[in-house]
Amino acid sequence: MSDTYDPGNDLLPEDITSPDELENLMTTINTVYIDKLNKSVLVVAEQRQGRISSQSLEAIAAGQKLATSLGDECSVAILGAQGGNPAGELTRYKLNFVFAIQHGLLEHYTADAYIAALQQLIRKRVFAYVIFPHTYQVRDFAPALATRFGQVLISDVIAIHAGSDGAPTFVRQLFQGKLNADYRLTPQPASAPCFVSIQAGAFRASDLVEGKASFDTFVPALAADQIRTIPGDPFRESAHTVDLSSAAVIVSVGRGIRERENIPLVQALADALGAELAASRPICDAGWVPIERQVGSSGQTVSPKLYLAVGISGAIQHLVGMKGAKTVIAINKDENAPIFEVADYGVAGDLFEIVPALTKAIQAAKT
Amino acid sequence: MKIIVAIKQVPERNAQIVVANDGKGIDERDLAYGMNEPDAYALEEALQLKEKHGGEVIALSAGPERVAATLREALAKGADRAIHIQTDSGTLGSRDTLSLARLLADAIRPESPDLVLTGLQSDDLGLGQTGVVLAELLGIPHSTLILHVEKTDTGLRVKRELEDGWFQQVEMPLPALLTIQSGGNKLRYATLMGIKKARTKETRTVEAAAPTAAPDLSLTRVYLPEKQKRTQMLKGTPAEIAAQLVEKLRSEVRVL
Repeated sequence: MSDTYDPGNDLLPEDITSPDELENLMTTINTVYIDKLNKSVLVVAEQRQGRISSQSLEAIAAGQKLATSLGDECSVAILGAQGGNPAGELTRYKLNFVFAIQHGLLEHYTADAYIAALQQLIRKRVFAYVIFPHTYQVRDFAPALATRFGQVLISDVIAIHAGSDGAPTFVRQLFQGKLNADYRLTPQPASAPCFVSIQAGAFRASDLVEGKASFDTFVPALAADQIRTIPGDPFRESAHTVDLSSAAVIVSVGRGIRERENIPLVQALADALGAELAASRPICDAGWVPIERQVGSSGQTVSPKLYLAVGISGAIQHLVGMKGAKTVIAINKDENAPIFEVADYGVAGDLFEIVPALTKAIQAAKT
Repeated sequence: MKIIVAIKQVPERNAQIVVANDGKGIDERDLAYGMNEPDAYALEEALQLKEKHGGEVIALSAGPERVAATLREALAKGADRAIHIQTDSGTLGSRDTLSLARLLADAIRPESPDLVLTGLQSDDLGLGQTGVVLAELLGIPHSTLILHVEKTDTGLRVKRELEDGWFQQVEMPLPALLTIQSGGNKLRYATLMGIKKARTKETRTVEAAAPTAAPDLSLTRVYLPEKQKRTQMLKGTPAEIAAQLVEKLRSEVRVL
């Protein structure tokens, strides 16, 4: 099924008089039949300065894969003001529709306008799955959008497995990545769509299937007084004086260092290696390492030749910032720490013994 | 300002998490629990707003009996009173985000607060949704990942964290809901005096109605993640490990 269910005129009661009533009836019919007929997927992509964000391309790749496994098609929607909507960029991929959701009130992101606009598109076109990239913006509105449909967003999904009965399994992490969990949506007779957000790096943009897509604009009904928040322009606090993204070697420190007084221990290791010092969020929050050296979803994304993680447990938010490293070495006292899932070489031990020994050995090796 | 802080009790950060025998949950028998860290930042923001503008701070939490200890901690740090929605569910509970948020919303509505604060996400499930869903249920505006809150004549001006080191200011009327990002403030410790005073403060316990239906979304399996890479674990004395690492750095990583 590529489009909404069309019941034909014979199903229409005689007392339907207005277009609104007809549309309401259509929505009801679509909702009732959704589980039988419609397994289509909508991906809500995000733009950054007029370009489709790379994390959105990953979400579209996830949407294409899911749609293929369900035997249906994937569409994409992008919100923005008239003009400047990069939706057209996507018509070279194998998609059903690319919707440019356009309205002057969508020029700057607000949760109220985004939720109202997407609610209207989803009600009108009816999708079985609505997929988002798991970004800060999505975290701000997608849970409330799902609530409008009486659903719970399955957030930060790292994998989707097709089920033999047609119901996919969604995998997400628990306890900061210490465990994985499989989630399944109990099939409902007249269900609203299933809302899912995809973790950065879980799917590959290079897996996108090229093809054709129809382009469509959708103009939602929005009024200025619906929008309760006034967003300001994005700004940066400190000039980004440290660019870790081009560093070849990074030594990064986390909570395991325990006290500010211990930071020089790691700095000495970084100096011996000729590496940049970086840190996980809690260390920067505490002010022990400057915020511009933070690696992770709220800091910098790095892809060095070597990433040496000292006392970093490897919470999801940190891993997304360093997964691109060619080689990862991790030193952590907890052998079950998630950092070891992405490490090439691991040392489960006391960093206060190992780091000084390593610094000494490197200094000796260089002379 | 009357502020409600929604606080979750979670297994302590360094707790060894063990999958339960049925593979559908975790073994909670020997777990130690504490206040979800992002919620501790939400509480800190609430206490600072009260110090500046006066008013009342109410700590709210849903969960089994053990949650009372976390509410006492909030009272000891300076919350004026607490509401405990008593549920029988454990950490991976029988309620999904929506039904849990409904419980919280039902407790919040009769209090008519000016501001509802909570952490941006929980350290256990990490869904990061309760605050936003709660705002939707309460019909009030919200903003997420907030580092700084300033009261204005018409409502609030907040500093919201965006990705890659960007921020923005957002203005909104009250009542409103904010999810607080960690690191905006320095967390306070409970003082001895605070702990003493907490004993005299009110905690109202309300019994949660049993969930009417099984949640649509069900957790079918919990397991240790498969490794994305084949990690070679190095063993030995610190000096032996250092020697092995230097060898890898020289011959394989080629940074020496």
